[in-house]
Amino acid sequence: MRITQGCFSFLPDLTDAQITSQAQYCIEQGWALGIEYTDDPHPRNTYWEMWELPMFDLADAAGVVRELVACRQAHPEKYIRINAFDSTHGWETVRMSFIVNRPAREPELVLTRQEGPGRNQIYAMTVRPAS
Amino acid sequence: MNVQPKAVTGKERYKAGVMKYAQMGYWDADYEPKPTDILALFRITPQDGVDPIEAAAAVAGESSTATWTVVWTDRLTACDKYRAKAYRVDPVPNNPGQYFCYVAYDLDLFEEGSIANLTASIIGNVFSFKPLKAARLEDMHFPVAYVKTYKGPPTGIVVERERLDKFGRPLLGATTKPKLGLSGKNYGRVVYEALKGGLDFVKDDENINSQPFMHWRDRFLYVMEAVNRAQAVTGEVKGHYLNITAGTMEEMYRRAQFAKELGSCIVMIDLIIGYTAIQSISEWCRQNDMILHLHRAGHGTYTRQKNHGVSFRVIAKWMRMAGVDHIHAGTAVGKLEGDPMTVQGYYNICREMKNEVDLPRGIFFEQDWASLRRMMPVASGGIHAGQMHQLLDLFGDEVVLQFGGGTIGHPMGIQAGAQANRVALEAMVLARNEGRDIRNEGPEILRDAARWCQPLRAALDTWGDITFNYTSTDTSDFVPTPSVA
Amino acid sequence: MDMRSEDMLSGDLSPDGRPAGPIDLQAEFTESEIGSVLDALDAELVGLKPVKLRIRQIAALLLVDRVRARLGLTAGAPSLHMSFTGNPGTGKTTVAMRMAEILHRLGYIRRNHLVSVTRDDLVGQYIGHTAPKTKEVLKRAMGGVLFIDEAYYLYRPENERDYGQEAIEILLQVMENQRDDLVVILAGYAERMETFFRSNPGFRSRVAHHVDFPDYGDGELLDIAGRMLAGQNYRFSASGEAAFRLYVEARRAQPHFANARSIRNALDRARLRQASRIFALGRPLSVEELTTLTEEDILASRVLTQGGALGPAGQGG
Repeated sequence: MRITQGCFSFLPDLTDAQITSQAQYCIEQGWALGIEYTDDPHPRNTYWEMWELPMFDLADAAGVVRELVACRQAHPEKYIRINAFDSTHGWETVRMSFIVNRPAREPELVLTRQEGPGRNQIYAMTVRPAS
Repeated sequence: MNVQPKAVTGKERYKAGVMKYAQMGYWDADYEPKPTDILALFRITPQDGVDPIEAAAAVAGESSTATWTVVWTDRLTACDKYRAKAYRVDPVPNNPGQYFCYVAYDLDLFEEGSIANLTASIIGNVFSFKPLKAARLEDMHFPVAYVKTYKGPPTGIVVERERLDKFGRPLLGATTKPKLGLSGKNYGRVVYEALKGGLDFVKDDENINSQPFMHWRDRFLYVMEAVNRAQAVTGEVKGHYLNITAGTMEEMYRRAQFAKELGSCIVMIDLIIGYTAIQSISEWCRQNDMILHLHRAGHGTYTRQKNHGVSFRVIAKWMRMAGVDHIHAGTAVGKLEGDPMTVQGYYNICREMKNEVDLPRGIFFEQDWASLRRMMPVASGGIHAGQMHQLLDLFGDEVVLQFGGGTIGHPMGIQAGAQANRVALEAMVLARNEGRDIRNEGPEILRDAARWCQPLRAALDTWGDITFNYTSTDTSDFVPTPSVA
Repeated sequence: MDMRSEDMLSGDLSPDGRPAGPIDLQAEFTESEIGSVLDALDAELVGLKPVKLRIRQIAALLLVDRVRARLGLTAGAPSLHMSFTGNPGTGKTTVAMRMAEILHRLGYIRRNHLVSVTRDDLVGQYIGHTAPKTKEVLKRAMGGVLFIDEAYYLYRPENERDYGQEAIEILLQVMENQRDDLVVILAGYAERMETFFRSNPGFRSRVAHHVDFPDYGDGELLDIAGRMLAGQNYRFSASGEAAFRLYVEARRAQPHFANARSIRNALDRARLRQASRIFALGRPLSVEELTTLTEEDILASRVLTQGGALGPAGQGG
């Protein structure tokens, strides 16, 4: 199953050239870039592991791609995303986030139900690794 | 207009009888608004023969302390302070007989944190006032001291995006169609298909409440089944605006509570429930981590005509203070009223931390929002994937684009319709970030994506040429306003 | 850059099929707009004839390389790393910024920006500290020029566990593998740089262009002083200028002489003395008095009164 989190999950996986130009766009907005990875794509798994610290004061995306290459080498079978942080007052949050690496076979999210009062269902999602 | 009327003072001022409003002190050409004043701009059309300055003074008087005759009880109060002051009257460009009239109100005229109190003053009386043929409240300015008496949007754009884990692109939604008649089970099917296909939100329509064909509890239960299933098959956070509009506040709270128990991240209300009800529900949402979606049902009755009513930009300001997270603010390119620049003005009111004066976009006053959170504007009504480049170019990333018919009416089905919209959106955002000129290259970017995305090709083939090119009624007075092709 | 050298001898057509007609270098030069950069360099820096000549040569070479690359006549991206050697205050940083502009206009780097660092920015204090620091600097500099002042401090042979070695290895790797992304300029005193290159042949082989910055002559330093003063709406009186000439001769003989930088410091101090002097006059002043540095303001310098014998004070005086 293809997880469709992030900005560009409905497009074919981005090439490195495409990733570079998106990262460059973020740099030109004045945003800092961070790389994160995980093997748990649950949508409530907010804190993926950070690949080093976010990169501030960049002028060119080559530095980001360099880190991405290293992260991919270390974690080829994990999800990797690039986050862009905006420190401007009133935003101070992630402004863009897109997936740049996926496992060859992605895990499944399994929905479980428990009977609640009335006809209410209590839902939970668990991640089942790809078999 | 050239002869400046003078206020009458001293003993003469309070002699029993009828006196001109300007003479009573409601007109003061030398008045410099204080930083703590609330300002209002009215567009007035005086009756034939009525002096515009006297008309402006009457507006100031009727929206503050005055009545039609002199009352001695004024003298028991600091009435000079409480009197609103009309301080400027300009003829409206290219509209003979209409005037922009600026009125300043002292902060003490208003109760803190109450839109009901504010509107009872500002629009309570004057719009039926006989000496005016018509009046329209065009814009307002609120001092920070007053803004700070409101809590504003319970969630706001930043926190909404963090909760949804969605960044860097507009959100996508759709309203379930047909608006009326679906059973709860069938209704949930539409929701599931659209969310699974790629939308972030699906929406109840404004008049979906609890009718004979579908009671509200049924709808809520089936919809949440659809939302949860869709989250599991996509790995994304999804939502459905559950409309909790009802006949009483008690019933609205009951529905809100049930939505919360079912795990919904968002509820919805209609503008017609009234300002006090909106503020109450906003408070409830704040206490319960709920995003609050406002459908501006009914606004067209008073916002659309340029000569009479209340501009939507004022409604948007009131709603940011009252505290809603989503607000329908027009599409400019769709089936409903809205000239592009004017609509951008509404969006800026929703989204900026400080508005500067921007006459072409209809913003007459600067406005510091004192860190009240940003509202997410919603573009909904007669838009489709083929307009993606125009929508992104006009409104940027911080907007919910809602394609109702454009999703559910897709020839290959609802999922395909949702997928077409999502692919069109992502392709357009990608291209814009790459520095391409989407306004001009948009159709080509869509065609390129349609080469590998069959649902998008079908959408473009079906709706590619649909436009709603009618002249807007509510346009800026300061620039020529071409309609969007 | 395109490499299609197998086609280069195939006749009158360039590899992309266009006729290889006469090549108008002048037009290329005009189009690249590097002329204005070279002119700015001429205008803002006094003297430095050999440096300016060298920069023009490098610019010409890069321009020709670009044309040749387009026609498929070169193989691979040229090495663009440089070393700028010379004493302090001889204009190395200023020229490096202009060089970044030239490289950018010719399309050899993507951003017209220069990140200037020293050892402290690259080398850490403890194990595991250096690599992240160096990488951080490299990331910031990517797409432009990294200017490493007094680069030889990276190498401390007296301490074999010095963390500088780690920075050197990372630098060398990037200089070799990411030539499209970064140009490195190493700067410092000529002799020390020579020692550095001898001990680190990896750097020597990767540096394509060496530019030597000579010291300024006395006349040039006076000229520089005049420009600096004009920029602040000051000027010398005739005797003031003569005194300053004496100052320059004396200052050059003392330790820590730093060419233009020493001049700037000396003028800052002269302005302080002038302010005290005219303040003490205790009478209304003319504009001329406000803007003129006289003999007194210069001659009170310790460089002249004490021959710089007070050690570090000799840096300015």
